[in-house]
Amino acid sequence: MIRFESVTATYPDAAEPALRDVDLDIAAGQLCLVVGSTGSGKSTLLKCVNGLMPHFTGGTLRGRVTVGGRDTRTHRPRELADVVGYVGQDPVAGFVTDTVEDELAYGMESLGVAPATMRRRVEETLDLLGLADVRNRPLLTLSAGQQQRVAIGSVLVMHPQVLVLDEPTSALDPPAAEEVLAALTRLVHDLGVTVLVAEHRLERVVQYADVVVHVPGRGAPVEVGLPVDVMRTSPVAPPVVRLGRARGWAPLPLSVRDARAAAAPLRAALAEVAPPERSPATETGREIATARKLTVDYDGVIALRAVDMTVHAGEIVAVMGRNGAGKSSLLSTFAGLRAPAGGTVDVDGMIPWKLPPHEAVRRVGLIPQEPADLLWADTVARECADAGNAAELLRELAGPIDMDLHPRDLSEGQRLALALAVVLSAAPPLLLLDEPTRGLDYEAKERLVSMLRNLASGDRAIVFATHDVELVAEVATRVVVLADGDVVSDGPAAIVVTDSPAFAPQVAKILAPQRFLTVADVEAALARMPA
Amino acid sequence: MRNTARLPRPLHPVAWWLWASGLAVAAGATSNPVLLVALIAVAGAVVGARRPVTPWASSYGAFLRIALVVLAIRVVLYVLLGDAGGSHVLVRLPQLPLPHDWGVRIGGAITEEGLVTSLEDGLRLATVLVCIGAANSLASPARLLKVMPGALYEVGVAVGVAVSFAPQAVASLGRVRRARRLRGRRDRGLAALRGMAVPVLEGALERSVDLAAAMDVRGFGRIGNVRASTRRLAAALTLLGVLAVCAGSYGLLTSGAPFLLGAPLAVGGSAVAVAGFAVGSRVSRRTRYRPDPWAAPEWSVAVSGALVAAAFLIASHYGLAGMDAAANPTAVPDVPLLALFAAAVALLPAVTAPPLRLYRAAASVPA
Repeated sequence: MIRFESVTATYPDAAEPALRDVDLDIAAGQLCLVVGSTGSGKSTLLKCVNGLMPHFTGGTLRGRVTVGGRDTRTHRPRELADVVGYVGQDPVAGFVTDTVEDELAYGMESLGVAPATMRRRVEETLDLLGLADVRNRPLLTLSAGQQQRVAIGSVLVMHPQVLVLDEPTSALDPPAAEEVLAALTRLVHDLGVTVLVAEHRLERVVQYADVVVHVPGRGAPVEVGLPVDVMRTSPVAPPVVRLGRARGWAPLPLSVRDARAAAAPLRAALAEVAPPERSPATETGREIATARKLTVDYDGVIALRAVDMTVHAGEIVAVMGRNGAGKSSLLSTFAGLRAPAGGTVDVDGMIPWKLPPHEAVRRVGLIPQEPADLLWADTVARECADAGNAAELLRELAGPIDMDLHPRDLSEGQRLALALAVVLSAAPPLLLLDEPTRGLDYEAKERLVSMLRNLASGDRAIVFATHDVELVAEVATRVVVLADGDVVSDGPAAIVVTDSPAFAPQVAKILAPQRFLTVADVEAALARMPA
Repeated sequence: MRNTARLPRPLHPVAWWLWASGLAVAAGATSNPVLLVALIAVAGAVVGARRPVTPWASSYGAFLRIALVVLAIRVVLYVLLGDAGGSHVLVRLPQLPLPHDWGVRIGGAITEEGLVTSLEDGLRLATVLVCIGAANSLASPARLLKVMPGALYEVGVAVGVAVSFAPQAVASLGRVRRARRLRGRRDRGLAALRGMAVPVLEGALERSVDLAAAMDVRGFGRIGNVRASTRRLAAALTLLGVLAVCAGSYGLLTSGAPFLLGAPLAVGGSAVAVAGFAVGSRVSRRTRYRPDPWAAPEWSVAVSGALVAAAFLIASHYGLAGMDAAANPTAVPDVPLLALFAAAVALLPAVTAPPLRLYRAAASVPA
């Protein structure tokens, strides 16, 4: 169905090709997962499939890409629209109209589908993706999960034979991600659609894949194979695979279900040892931020309802909850970006929203969902100079970085480190991060985890909002779960995440009822055991 | 049996725009403040009754504010520069000595007549603006663009993208301001504005490129199996026709232009343009999703607008007393009953337009 013949793709002004000599043949009706670290060329590979590379990105493409027999050299993306549906990383950037129904119909209008057929397909898609009760809503008022489903629906209605999705679940909470993936597998199984997905959060996708394409980057050859084979050696791997590899399970489990079957002896062994203690500073450090009866509303819609919360120095608090539960509202109120409708907020003895900006940054720093929003200079060096002593901090956080690069040309992880350095140069005792792992690969995530651990030691508290249960398992000392503006649970990470299946990390699911969260926890516990 | 056309649904956008244009034309035909206020009230009542719950619907408030500003500017301009006609001097401002043959004065006498006339003038402009605002909030420009004929689809898209630039820029301004605050910089004031302009424009431009890619991916501008010659014919006919219409209307409006440059050119041009649309619509393979029907309610709305415009134009043409209040500005103007009755007719859409199916006005909270 999709065929790459010795494809080499080079962006304009790039010294190195983003993809080199790629040969691929993906049969119809397969769910193909593309894995690799950030910047390895995953997105480029996806863009080649419908001709966005090179027709829209510029640059050169050597070799040949064919989809359903059509050559992307002679067919521009619009001429492939009936064969390939493409959903990019940012669903909002792909919206053409303003309401859900119009957005779903847009592609079919372009293809000239008969009105009666259009109506039927829109209704089917609304049902398939659970969007029926928001059908008349303006797109910008939807939650991130709904927007992502509309974006997928808007290409599904064209009944493409191939569906290409770039990180479809990265903005979604775990249940919403499950829904999207369930819809995708249904398409593959029932309708024979060929699906090509790039995703960093392998723990969500790998068990559904038929084929895995590993793009190692730096011009190394692309590796294609069955998920089990690729995962045996792949440097990017979900926790279930890493646990399987560490314990030497064969065949290598890809899903929690298979791993649980293999893990029975391990569970029995671990019942004898206590899981590692991980909330050292709770209640012991000084109070850094307090919210009392905090209420936030947007034009009469309540985002937070009388929330009480105290953060102590040394704590790393994860705020979880579904899209639209009030996580971002909580962070922006702590950061002084908005005034509460009721109750009080106190950060380091001050009321954040009343402080002038240059005072506020010395009390609290916020890294927004898109760290690039914070950056405005045209080189890393100038960005650091603009913020004072950020260059040194950046080196500590991310190691050596070419200071003459444009911040846009950094990898996601480096950009996050730069934003962190810029914010931390004012030495705020409270650091807030909104979805810090969006777009980060496992390697960058590991670096983030050690950065956060270092930053929280000393007189500082960290609060981050996230959907990433694996990040929570790695780093959080405390978890606060919000739902519909209320705090529904608040407690030590190990207790909260293992209590609810939706927020449990893979290792916890495999080893339940034992409360272990990460592979490292398991290894450490086993090492302590008498042989 | 219940009439299906009356079931809750959005009214055809063209009907709303025709109705609003009717009101605007009527406003242009009178300077009687009582009638103008009546027209504003009619527009407001209908908007209140049939405005949908959408982000663009709230643009009505913005138009009202702009209308007030226009009214104020008109009066201030009169006070500063207006000519000092009229005899009832209210106040004499210090006057700048300027050479007489400049034909301008700055400062000087302010008369009651002058003030009233400028108020009426400003009110007329304000009323036209309120009518446009009403059309905007009752039927968004985006919905109006959707009903463009196939041959004009590309033009409609270009206009649509241009129209969406402003809200995009506002959204991106919000992000940039937040970022400045998070970096400890001032987010208000002139100096801050300078630092924000570049990122805002950059963001809006990036968004346009994204939009172009998104539209292409979804099949916008597919050629399909239409022959290139047919497409060129359609484009040439449309362009030629529109040019001819422009030249023709110039000829019609300019006294002393040769006869051929007037009506014949305009009519001929329209015919060529229509032919171009016809060929173009055959070329375009686009279909339309759930097109708005044109039924009895649409007729009632459009006709009520046309009636108001016609009544005001006729009354003004025959010099009905009170249409032009400027004759005796200081007296309370007569109110021509015919015109007032016509304005009341324009209230009909508040009842005859079908009610709106409200979607649940649920959370619009950013995640």
